[in-house]
Amino acid sequence: MLYLGEDSTPELASRVQATATAVRVALGADLVDLVPSYASLLVIYDPLRTDHMSVIKRLHGVLEAAERGVSTPGGREVILPVYYSPETGADLERLAEQSGLSVAEVIALHSDTEYRVYAIGFAPGFAYLGHVDPRIAAPRLATPRQKVPRGSVAIADRQTAVYPAESPGGWNLVGNCPQRLFDPQANPTMPVAVGDRVRFEAISRERFLALGGELP
Amino acid sequence: MSLVVRQPGLLSLIQDRGRFGQHAIGLTNGGPLDPEAFDICQQLLGNRPDCTAIETSFGGLELEARVDTFICVTGASMPLAINGREKPLWTVHSVLAGDQISLGYAAEGCRSYLGVADGFVITPQFGSAATVVREKIGGINGNKLAPGDVLPCDATSLRRELHLHPDYQPRYHNRVTVGVIPGYQQSHFSRLQQRRFFSHAYSVSQRCDRMGYRLEGPAIECDINGILSEGICFGAIQIPADGQPIVLLNDRQTIGGYPKIGAALSLDAARLAQLQPGGVVNFTAITPHRAHNALHLAQARLQRLPLQPLARKSRQ
Repeated sequence: MLYLGEDSTPELASRVQATATAVRVALGADLVDLVPSYASLLVIYDPLRTDHMSVIKRLHGVLEAAERGVSTPGGREVILPVYYSPETGADLERLAEQSGLSVAEVIALHSDTEYRVYAIGFAPGFAYLGHVDPRIAAPRLATPRQKVPRGSVAIADRQTAVYPAESPGGWNLVGNCPQRLFDPQANPTMPVAVGDRVRFEAISRERFLALGGELP
Repeated sequence: MSLVVRQPGLLSLIQDRGRFGQHAIGLTNGGPLDPEAFDICQQLLGNRPDCTAIETSFGGLELEARVDTFICVTGASMPLAINGREKPLWTVHSVLAGDQISLGYAAEGCRSYLGVADGFVITPQFGSAATVVREKIGGINGNKLAPGDVLPCDATSLRRELHLHPDYQPRYHNRVTVGVIPGYQQSHFSRLQQRRFFSHAYSVSQRCDRMGYRLEGPAIECDINGILSEGICFGAIQIPADGQPIVLLNDRQTIGGYPKIGAALSLDAARLAQLQPGGVVNFTAITPHRAHNALHLAQARLQRLPLQPLARKSRQ
């Protein structure tokens, strides 16, 4: 496990990304998988092909090269349509009430921000996006819901995400995205990757249904 | 040509060695909880190591052959019967179309592997046929096996009825010692808490599954509640707020925010996964060097197993 810092900033995320790319090259076929996250990079190697001393040596090389300066890739920009409404976002009105804002202001704050994909995990296609405007940040529900519909757009603390499949979940729901976030049949499987920049575009109920959105 | 599922038992899943290199889209590994028993099953059958087999937990699997082929069962001591006649485990058996195959419930251990010559023909997803039910990926429509499922496999008469000598068969007890490489948020556990973790026995709770084994015992305190979410490797040991350790296994989530005290040696995590609820676990700290040696020794052993034709007695 490589720890590159202790907080969650776009700059640190760029360093994690650049490091991941360099580690991929440095370890080659000895690498089994990588899990980049906010401030860390989990490096999984094949212990029957190499050993930890060799891996550590190569990782030090990567980190030294990174300190000498590496360009930070900006990622692609991805726009995801969202139908924000109480019928698709069960917590939207409560979030507005708690923050002393109108529903329209909550929607504006959520959709006016450019988010960055900090990590993908937890479930297939689940992308952690940051950072939500502090005015609409909200803690996870004390009791998670048994069923959160696929496509639900949700907030937990200063993170936001789209549920890629129906699943249990404890995040605050504000809307629904009709675009599939994880489709095993599609190529690519996911519209976003770690490091990409994501914007949400507020759409109408009609547009949501036309794009294949499903109401609960 | 197939084996047809009559009864799946408590939990039966199609597995191959697992799905690797897909963490970038959030997919976990899946694969056999006990890779040693799985690999020996494929070796006995003369299969490629990445063939598919059925992993049965606890027992109760019943199949009907609709093909002439060979099967082999390894792992937990679930009594195997073909047409009601008991057959040894760790042994290749010929089966003919119409034969009824059944696995009883395990007296020792928890996971068995039923392999077939050349494996079951299952379309891989993301490079693997391993079933991860939580992700609805792999196997047959991402599901556990159900009555009536048809598991396609090829007919063959070209297998030897090999057998692993009992001296070399793994034994599953209800107590294991798990080697742990301390790491991750180790510094957030005081010396007292670390000593408590390494010096007490824990028991396997009812909540033990392919995602992870939740243990019960002296609560371990951590001076932080959560961490910035980070990647979770196989065998990582999470300590959630209630202080009860969870050893994360094949179907774990790939990212999480609970503090971790270290990671279990994969070989020992596989032995842990052979424990049923109530089984006893002790942890012992090991170095990466020792882990490395253990992995190489296990690999060498696996490659040199004496697989012999079963001395043929007159058929009963």
